[in-house]
Amino acid sequence: MAYATVHRGYGTDVGAARFYVVSDATRWNRLRLLALATQVLWILVRERPDVVVTTGAAPGYFAVRLARLFGARTAWIDSFANIDQVSLAGRRAGPRSDLWLTQWAHLAKAAGPHFEGGVV
Amino acid sequence: MIFLTVGGQLPFDRLVHAVDEWATLHPDVECSAQVGVTSRPPSTIPFSAFLEPAELRRRIFEADLVVTHAGMGTILTALELGTPLVVMPRHGARRETRNDHQLATARVFADHPSVSVAWDESELPRLLATRPGPVERPIPSHASLPLLTALRGFITGEDVGDRTPASDPAVAEETPVPRLRSAA
Repeated sequence: MAYATVHRGYGTDVGAARFYVVSDATRWNRLRLLALATQVLWILVRERPDVVVTTGAAPGYFAVRLARLFGARTAWIDSFANIDQVSLAGRRAGPRSDLWLTQWAHLAKAAGPHFEGGVV
Repeated sequence: MIFLTVGGQLPFDRLVHAVDEWATLHPDVECSAQVGVTSRPPSTIPFSAFLEPAELRRRIFEADLVVTHAGMGTILTALELGTPLVVMPRHGARRETRNDHQLATARVFADHPSVSVAWDESELPRLLATRPGPVERPIPSHASLPLLTALRGFITGEDVGDRTPASDPAVAEETPVPRLRSAA
């Protein structure tokens, strides 16, 4: 089990598990996006995961897209904070994931995302 | 003790200033704050720009009341640690965040007995005086059982089973946004 997030301070949440920090890039900053994609690729090369689980945004988008190259299965769980609509990253990466979930029943669709409950 | 926290992505001076003004009028109430990026730092309340996640959790746990933006992470953390909240959503139109997703978050918690929503800063003094009720049943620190079960099934490769009726778009159309009144 390994974790990746954008803030070093969350390392204390994962105990002794391997922990990676990646750039906090958004779609408005192309240079940082490129750095982020490289970081995610490097993590995938090192970890060779069987399964990738993400709640999204830019790091999750790259993780889902790149994990395919390594034969990993992918799960995109759209953030509980996305209440009015599924995230833009989710709409792009979700259909390419093996499991695509929203945490709000009213956002579920037959073609995905599906609803299997939320964090609360 | 009141702890004000507004996250870090963009300034939220409207809330910071309103709470600081209130604190000036109530010197008997101890306050502290995490204000992020701001061009108008508080004059009365001792503050930090940013706090490490562990320190943020400690402050939320120790506070009697958390005053915050409608950030899902902060709200769930406070309800997990048993601290009631006064929440004021950031507005996309005021460039306090990129869109109006915080309004949706505030609506979801508007009926929660331990969450008071200030739709704008004029409502803050009243809500700080009346205060939301104590957190009777803190939410668990882990995700709900249905979500965990679905994920476990996926990871171990077992069939997740039938999708919920809400997967039917006709049903989804009619499903209103639920409101979280208390932990399930």
